[in-house]
Amino acid sequence: MSDASPEPRRYTATAMLLHWLSALLVAGLLALGWYMADLPLTPQRLKLYNWHKWAGVSVLALTLLRLLWRWTHRPPALPAELVVRTPAWQQRLAALTHVALYGLLLVVPLIGWAYSSAAGFSVVWFGVLPLPDLLPKDKALAELVKPWHAVAAFSLGALVVLHLAAALKHQFVDKDGLMRRMWPAGAARGAEVQPRP
Amino acid sequence: MKIFTVASALCLALVSHAAMAQQKLLPAQSEIVFVSKQMGVPVEGRFRKFDAQISFDPAKPETSKIAFTVDLASASLGIPEVDAELPKPVWFNVPKFPQASFSSSAVRRVAPGKVEVQGSLSIKGASQNLLVPVQLTQAGAVTTAAGSFTLKRLAFRIGDNEWADTSMVADDVQVRFKLALSGVGKL
Repeated sequence: MSDASPEPRRYTATAMLLHWLSALLVAGLLALGWYMADLPLTPQRLKLYNWHKWAGVSVLALTLLRLLWRWTHRPPALPAELVVRTPAWQQRLAALTHVALYGLLLVVPLIGWAYSSAAGFSVVWFGVLPLPDLLPKDKALAELVKPWHAVAAFSLGALVVLHLAAALKHQFVDKDGLMRRMWPAGAARGAEVQPRP
Repeated sequence: MKIFTVASALCLALVSHAAMAQQKLLPAQSEIVFVSKQMGVPVEGRFRKFDAQISFDPAKPETSKIAFTVDLASASLGIPEVDAELPKPVWFNVPKFPQASFSSSAVRRVAPGKVEVQGSLSIKGASQNLLVPVQLTQAGAVTTAAGSFTLKRLAFRIGDNEWADTSMVADDVQVRFKLALSGVGKL
């Protein structure tokens, strides 16, 4: 190893796996949640709702795992090149977006779980592991909680779009290779930040 | 002296007559709950309207007779969109079969305060024999009969066609009841 610097340049393989698995699940959950909300009461709807809940609880578990991993494995800092190049407000906004993303990845499933409890449908993870009810069965309470699951999910969706747009801008507009920190195939081409031509 | 003897005999006759009389169901203090499993999720519902004709003598339980009816239109999971589905033909078919009924054929004491009721349960035009263990408790003038049993919903075609898939809704449905009765003699 020629580079003995302890500063990590890329996310660990585990962090990447957790990130992309979450991304896949969140994209699927947003689409499924949008689609299933107005379905008539059929076995199909029952199936989709349960899948949505199982996947949602999986995102919650993955996010807790990711935070634990992040806490024990330092994520790569913004390369010095980019610290100089990026306006301070953009760096603050990026940091804030990440905090909000983590927050919503916890809050959206938790509200969904709470709503499901209040509606009288406990969550049984993958049909096997019964989870405790977060709220007592109460129709009025369920109706009160329900819209907030949607509001939080739409906010999460908006932040995901912002996060994705920023990553793509780094990749295709700035061409600074920052995305390789999280791109599993990035190692082959090296994770160095390209100096500006 | 004679008059006392007559009076006490009369009292005895009255008391034993009271014990033989029909007992009354107190609906407000009674409940019938059913728990079905949807993709592993236990979902609780209840019947809000039911009635019973009960003749139960704790001293001679084997002479008891229990007839029970449940208004199926009163079934509720507490979720309006689900409750709107339950009376439909695929579930209870309430227009054609408005009531479920149970009629006892034998009652047996198994332990103090415990009886076993055998009888026939009819729902949606189908009948099944049932053996129901019942626990009896008394508080003041009210006797509570509580118990539970499991029925196979498909034996009564509750949840037909597309809903017959037991991986979606399990075949086993647990029924729990708590019936408050007045006029039952001392246990």
